[in-house]
Amino acid sequence: MIKIDTSVIAKRIGESIDKISCEIEPSCLAALNEAYSKEDNPTAKFALQVMTDNARLATAEHRPVCQDTGMVVVFVEIGNNVILTGEVLQKAIDREVEKAYVTLRKSVLDPVSRINTKTNTPAVVHTSIVEGDDVKVEVMLKGFGSENMSKIYMLNPAQGLDEAKRLIVESVRTAASNPCPPVIIGVGLGGTFEKAASMSKHALFRKIGSSNPDPVLDALEKELFDKLNALGIGAQGFGGKTSCLGIFIESYPTHISSLPVAINVLCHCSRADAFVIDGKKEGEICRTL
Amino acid sequence: MQDVVRLALPFDKKELKTLKVGDRVLLTGEMLVFRDAGHKRLYQSIQEGKQAFEYAGETIYFMGPCPARDGEVLGSAGPTTSCRMDKYTPYMLDHGLCAQIGKGKRSDDCIQAFKRNGGVYFAAIGGAGAVYSKCIEAAEVICFEDLGTEAVRRIKVKDFPAVVAIDTQGNTIYNE
Repeated sequence: MIKIDTSVIAKRIGESIDKISCEIEPSCLAALNEAYSKEDNPTAKFALQVMTDNARLATAEHRPVCQDTGMVVVFVEIGNNVILTGEVLQKAIDREVEKAYVTLRKSVLDPVSRINTKTNTPAVVHTSIVEGDDVKVEVMLKGFGSENMSKIYMLNPAQGLDEAKRLIVESVRTAASNPCPPVIIGVGLGGTFEKAASMSKHALFRKIGSSNPDPVLDALEKELFDKLNALGIGAQGFGGKTSCLGIFIESYPTHISSLPVAINVLCHCSRADAFVIDGKKEGEICRTL
Repeated sequence: MQDVVRLALPFDKKELKTLKVGDRVLLTGEMLVFRDAGHKRLYQSIQEGKQAFEYAGETIYFMGPCPARDGEVLGSAGPTTSCRMDKYTPYMLDHGLCAQIGKGKRSDDCIQAFKRNGGVYFAAIGGAGAVYSKCIEAAEVICFEDLGTEAVRRIKVKDFPAVVAIDTQGNTIYNE
């Protein structure tokens, strides 16, 4: 068995937070720049100019891209040959989140009392056990202007995929200007209620421009991408050519009685990072994905 | 940036009348800043008959900043989603509020209230927190300090970019 201390994972997560709070994920930034070049609606172009100027300024001066530095969402895939040592993973991560958020906005509070935890903790940590000798970590700072626009539906089989497609388009249409478009959409199709929701979040880690390895889902993504951009919402809801930068679908087998569809909405500034901690390597054990 | 209208705050209502949906503006002057929790508490104070602070003649920017880093007055400072403040907006416009700045569409009740009162709703550019931080020249907490990022602030801005999203005629930039 290979031992990896949770503090190693947590520290690297802290470094990710410091970086991505100030830097839009590269494939997202490239898509945003492209949207700016091809836009001819003057109001949308003005918005895209401010958005791309902002991205440059934030990176150059290492200042948060958006004041909503989000809630920290982490997916950790732990190889089955790895033993995690040290503190419990959640505790180790929360310690580093607290440190990283000293200079970021602390937006996390108790849902009943609405009293702020003042540390931006706890992070939302999803763990899974996979085959292998390493630990893969994906980190996202998720803003809630877009999170609030997310939806989940438990469709019946008679409604089928056509209804799922209609609801995906409808949810983006009704969210309209609220989630800071052009948006990025994660879809979870199938599984159970919570599986669909977690897939829809995880899908948001895909790089813009990448293809879905499943050709059927890839075709579905392309069809929906065109439909979403035909909505004419445009940057900040001001109209124009680009309403959606990317749509990514994950699926899982589901029950004969159901078709769960979760739609997770992300704004135009994706703040995400991914890395692997290689349990077998000596020295530099961390590799950015 | 081309065809941008420069405007000074506090607004002159006559000047607001000349603005049309889609106009790009750069705002310079003072505004109030608060969001969900600040509105909830202000509204409570009004219902209890002891209004916590005055907002007549003011412009409110819906925003909760990041902490300031070196050289900053406030940290990143972009707009938050305005529709969460729709509940309070018609009352406040009917009682002297001049304009609001946020992001995203508003309810029909709000649109009517902007029209009825000759008020304007400006959309700032969501996600552009660093750009807006640079526009802020001064900031002070004036009420509800315990709310942290959601406290009520008065800020002074220079060349703050925004777009007229609801004009005094009740036209809106968001096509539904």
